[in-house]
Amino acid sequence: MCEPVDKGAHALTEFDRDVDGLRQVLGLKGIMSVDELRRGIEAIPEPEYHRLAYYQRWIRSIADNLLRKGVITEAELRAVLERG
Amino acid sequence: MAAPLPPGTPVRVRLDWPETRGPAHVRTPHYLRGRAGTVARYLGEFPNPEDLAFARPAPKLPLYHVRFDQPSVWREGGAGDELLVEIYGSWLEPV
Amino acid sequence: MAGTGVNVLEADSGRLLAAVRAVLETKGLVRPDEIAERIAITDAATPAQGARMIARAWVDPGYRALALSDGRAAAEALGIPMRGALPLGVLENTPETHHLVVCTLCSCYPRAVLGYPPFWYKSAAYRARAVRDPRGLIAEWGTVLPAAVKIRVVDSTADYRWMVLPMRPAGTEGWSEQRLAALVREGDMIGVTVPTAS
Repeated sequence: MCEPVDKGAHALTEFDRDVDGLRQVLGLKGIMSVDELRRGIEAIPEPEYHRLAYYQRWIRSIADNLLRKGVITEAELRAVLERG
Repeated sequence: MAAPLPPGTPVRVRLDWPETRGPAHVRTPHYLRGRAGTVARYLGEFPNPEDLAFARPAPKLPLYHVRFDQPSVWREGGAGDELLVEIYGSWLEPV
Repeated sequence: MAGTGVNVLEADSGRLLAAVRAVLETKGLVRPDEIAERIAITDAATPAQGARMIARAWVDPGYRALALSDGRAAAEALGIPMRGALPLGVLENTPETHHLVVCTLCSCYPRAVLGYPPFWYKSAAYRARAVRDPRGLIAEWGTVLPAAVKIRVVDSTADYRWMVLPMRPAGTEGWSEQRLAALVREGDMIGVTVPTAS
């Protein structure tokens, strides 16, 4: 971790903005807080944490929290994922 | 709530590791656990993130800006440099 | 959550996002236009907003005092939308003290004023080194402080969001606010650089 900082700009992608916007809406509607987001990110297994980019961690945490709270179900998610 | 700790109060961050006792979300950095500092300012009361993280009812806790001598914490860094960190009152004990 | 084969959380991130959005939309919980609205609002915040606050504080002692006591009110006074935003703390640099802001635990940043944080602010290297070796870290931006200047590293662990009020550079006497604001960059308000007149 104590290495030179990558000071490149790395513009946000559409994916990044979508995840960020989704998190904001979930927060404003009281569905999932930023604290829950953070907890979910902290819970990502370490090898996976390092493999994922910043907003990839966010969407994993968002999905984890929504499933845990029963806001969405695994079956509902799989149905969409398997539609392709 | 009891009167907030005044600026200048010497405090110690509790040497506690709730993460070892089960799922937890703690906003007191590891590098400050057990460290001595000084209250710089009372920042107000805010809901406990340790509870918000699990969608539990979250009581409001006093929040302080606490000053730490940076070289004492990290054993590197410039003399006189400081760390200024928001710490909840529940994590502070008198020195 | 019982395992039923591959963990859904390990699906490709793009597909996982699309699936989460689709399910939320079907349930009437989150609409695409609501997400688009938040993206537009977040995109509208940029470091230029913070620069206006800095320039105003440089020319107006009353505004400086307001910014230091209530950053959120100071932002609103300049028409920067802060409704629902977290408290904003403004950290005043002096000849004796230089501030550097970090969130070691995640990436907390004064987004309502400055917009999205820069990529490097969110990096493990920045977050680890800011508290441990602040002088070595800011030297990567070419910033070297005199030994007599103390660095105060502010780790954003809770509800406050922090921005730095740098010192007004020499050689800017009589400049307009607009000209002053143009000197102030994103990094100046985080503390990795200091503004100069050149």
